[in-house]
Amino acid sequence: MRIPFPFSAIVGQDEMKRAILLTAVDPTIGGVLILGHRGTAKSTAVRALPALLPPMSVVDGCRYGCDPKAPTPRLCADCQARVGADQKLRAHKAPVPVVDLPLGATEDRVVGALDLERALTRGEKAYEPGLLARANRGYLYVDEINLLEDHLVDLLLDVAATGENVVEREGISVRHPARFVLVGSGNPEEGDLRPQLLDRFGLSVEVTTTTDLDQRVEVIKRRDAYDRDPEGFATQWAEADAEARRQVERARKKVDTLPVPDAVLRTAAQLCAAVGTDGVRGELALLRGARALAAYDGARQVTTEHLRVIAPSALRHRLRRNVLDDVGSTVRVTRAVTDLLGG
Amino acid sequence: MAETVASSLDARTQAELAAAVLAIDPVGFGGAVVRAPRADLAEAWLARIRSLLAEGTPVARLPISIPDDRLLGGLDLAMTLATGRPVAERGLLARTDGGLVILPCAERASDGLIARLTSVLDTQVTAPRGPFAGEPQPARIAVIALDEGDGIEERSAPALTDRLAFHLILGSAHGDASPSLFSAADVAAARSRLPKVAIASAHIATLVTVAIAFGIDSLRAVAFAVRVARGIAALDGRTQVTDDDCQGAAALVLGPRATRIPATAESAADASAPPPPAADEPRDDNARDEMPSPEEMRALEDLMIQAMRTTLPIGLTIDAPTPTPRQGGSAGRSGEDRSGGLRGRQVGTRRGDPRGGGRLDLLETLRAAAPWQRLRPPIAGQEGRVSVRVRPDDFRIRRLIEPAGTTAIFVVDASGSAALHRMAEAKGAVELLLAEAYSRRDAVGLIAFRGTAAEVLLPPTRAIAAAKRALAALPGGGGTPLASAIDRARELVVQARRTGNDTIVVFLTDARANIARDGAPGRPQAEADAEASASALRALGGTTVLIDTSPRASETAQRMATALGARYVALPRTDAQGIHAAVSAAMPRGPA
Repeated sequence: MRIPFPFSAIVGQDEMKRAILLTAVDPTIGGVLILGHRGTAKSTAVRALPALLPPMSVVDGCRYGCDPKAPTPRLCADCQARVGADQKLRAHKAPVPVVDLPLGATEDRVVGALDLERALTRGEKAYEPGLLARANRGYLYVDEINLLEDHLVDLLLDVAATGENVVEREGISVRHPARFVLVGSGNPEEGDLRPQLLDRFGLSVEVTTTTDLDQRVEVIKRRDAYDRDPEGFATQWAEADAEARRQVERARKKVDTLPVPDAVLRTAAQLCAAVGTDGVRGELALLRGARALAAYDGARQVTTEHLRVIAPSALRHRLRRNVLDDVGSTVRVTRAVTDLLGG
Repeated sequence: MAETVASSLDARTQAELAAAVLAIDPVGFGGAVVRAPRADLAEAWLARIRSLLAEGTPVARLPISIPDDRLLGGLDLAMTLATGRPVAERGLLARTDGGLVILPCAERASDGLIARLTSVLDTQVTAPRGPFAGEPQPARIAVIALDEGDGIEERSAPALTDRLAFHLILGSAHGDASPSLFSAADVAAARSRLPKVAIASAHIATLVTVAIAFGIDSLRAVAFAVRVARGIAALDGRTQVTDDDCQGAAALVLGPRATRIPATAESAADASAPPPPAADEPRDDNARDEMPSPEEMRALEDLMIQAMRTTLPIGLTIDAPTPTPRQGGSAGRSGEDRSGGLRGRQVGTRRGDPRGGGRLDLLETLRAAAPWQRLRPPIAGQEGRVSVRVRPDDFRIRRLIEPAGTTAIFVVDASGSAALHRMAEAKGAVELLLAEAYSRRDAVGLIAFRGTAAEVLLPPTRAIAAAKRALAALPGGGGTPLASAIDRARELVVQARRTGNDTIVVFLTDARANIARDGAPGRPQAEADAEASASALRALGGTTVLIDTSPRASETAQRMATALGARYVALPRTDAQGIHAAVSAAMPRGPA
């Protein structure tokens, strides 16, 4: 198996790396949408996650990768039955799953379906888990999500929001935990996502290739070094990856108890009102993002500075778009932030 | 990918060089997109590459309609049913580990197939499904995409081509039986030398600069250029990349990917030419190792730009990036009939393999199997256990019909006779419709006609950013080549129909044709041509609207509307809202 390009060795693209790491700290932030041209390290960053993130504890033989320490209601039916029968859940360590959902995947493949082979050869009614089951507790990555059929995107966001996949089809009735962070990427020039779908992503990032010569040269040099000796290159960056991993682990322990002062809550509400986002999704993403960032930075409490940093990612995809207006969403968010918090 | 201006000798050397470099380490270079005017030319090039590959390198052809189980591995359905127990089948990609996968008709491959290939190119493993899931199998592959599309609108998916180092266009000169420039022994020697080949920072920096100047955003392209430069050096028996190697790499990898020609490139051959902008940036000398002087860098850039001239796509304009909008949805490029879709209303069943993407209709499958039960022998060892004996032939999958989208094609008269202020109104109306089409997921295309011919400014797209850019650039003035405009519109209608969309064509014109189809001026011929084109468009059916933009309702425009079978709308004091209302009313599915 190929050794993935180390996460820490990605040059620049700080906003994207931050957004992805923050969802590792607090998966409830919601999905991440990465928009940008080809060759901007989108795929590289996502595929580097299993090697970067702390491995997780998984119940032996569980098809959904249940966490042995999770409260019983959050386990799958099989594991619940084992707990009910007073069996001890044995576990092993496994890397965080990063599952690719290819365009053109059928709904059967995504949500799971009747196991056709077993039904026909043995006459058994069995459920064959789909990609959502494999992505449980990890990441589901959709490249070119803007070209994915709307009903699938909708389904993914639904499952990601509820943390549960409910299958009712062809005589099977199954529900299983499916808590994952949806990472979608795409090139907006090849088609847009519906506004309703945009709003359901927690964070969005616009990536561009840097035009800075030195940075680009550095990108190519690292890529060349990696291509020539993947193992050696990975070893060289292992310590940087380990540091990021420790930072994520520390942040995870702190994030749930980190205080958010009232003043920060008020500022977040004002910010959302100023840019005109509808609904509370924007506010929630803004607060959760700021809190995860504060935890990642090791801060004692959430401050307006954290809001300032996270606001573009949390809000830019929620603004109503005016076809005849050329001002970019990022500019509008930054302007509102400057008005409220000063330059 | 467009045609190149390469002289045939240079192109031949390039194709030979690409074959040899790719054969050194196919997986490392990702593969190639190959476009050839005749199939035998592509075959000849493939034969050459095969002769240069390491012994035992697998080569497989990939049918574009391959089901997932065959591609990625899974269950052998026929064997499973025959034996009564699960029989595994290795996927084609895993069977081709370390070798070449040839994808014919790459431009017609579905988004799904492209996504699976790009994922395997990135991860180098396949994850089979079914009972064998969870055991990823190594699949280090290179893809040779044979692109048989015509022109810009039909071409291989950029997500795939971005991951392949070489973009080749073969000319007729490759068909001759001239001896190969490289032998299998050369390539084998290069294979062991490649890991030792070093490249200086200055060379990397220059390749990066040239890529920026030619509007190549993808850093994968530059990474490939670096790799190819090392490959060329290895082929030449050296362990250090030289200027020549970088020139070759720029020509092979960067040239075909250029999206613009920097203003300075035109005069780059001239020694007194101004430097490309990036080379003027202030430099921090401490941060750089062994950096050459700016003059040396510039000289090297000029050499590369010279080398790239032969491989640049035709039709590039100076400093204008060309957007590449694509229609969304799996029906877009694959040109499938919409009734083959995976959602919508069921209208029956058909025989088929449920693993190919269709939804199984269990009841109909059993019904199909029922009459044969007495004739089918029970499976050995399974007597009495399996009550229904089903064979692959029995599978019935659901036929679904999806409500089709609408493609609106605007044909805007930008000639002198259509007064310039009307252009602004037409743009306003198109933008209003775009906003709606966007929320309804319809596609919008734009044709403008002026001077001697019509031009498709925007192939049907849902990408609002690209559409707005095309509108902003809409120029005005000149003759009225109406026939040419109708012909272009007809081509777009045919294309949209292939994806199952309804179409509406909206003409904004005074219909005073004065340029014939061949571009010659003259009213009588122009009008005759326009009428002929109009009846051809009419024969296709579909909705057409003609909005008369002349100061008062004109007979000419009414006659043209009749010839087109179009609804005629006279809007003497037209404004954006009025046009928008008229078109909305004529939309096949009614107003939004």
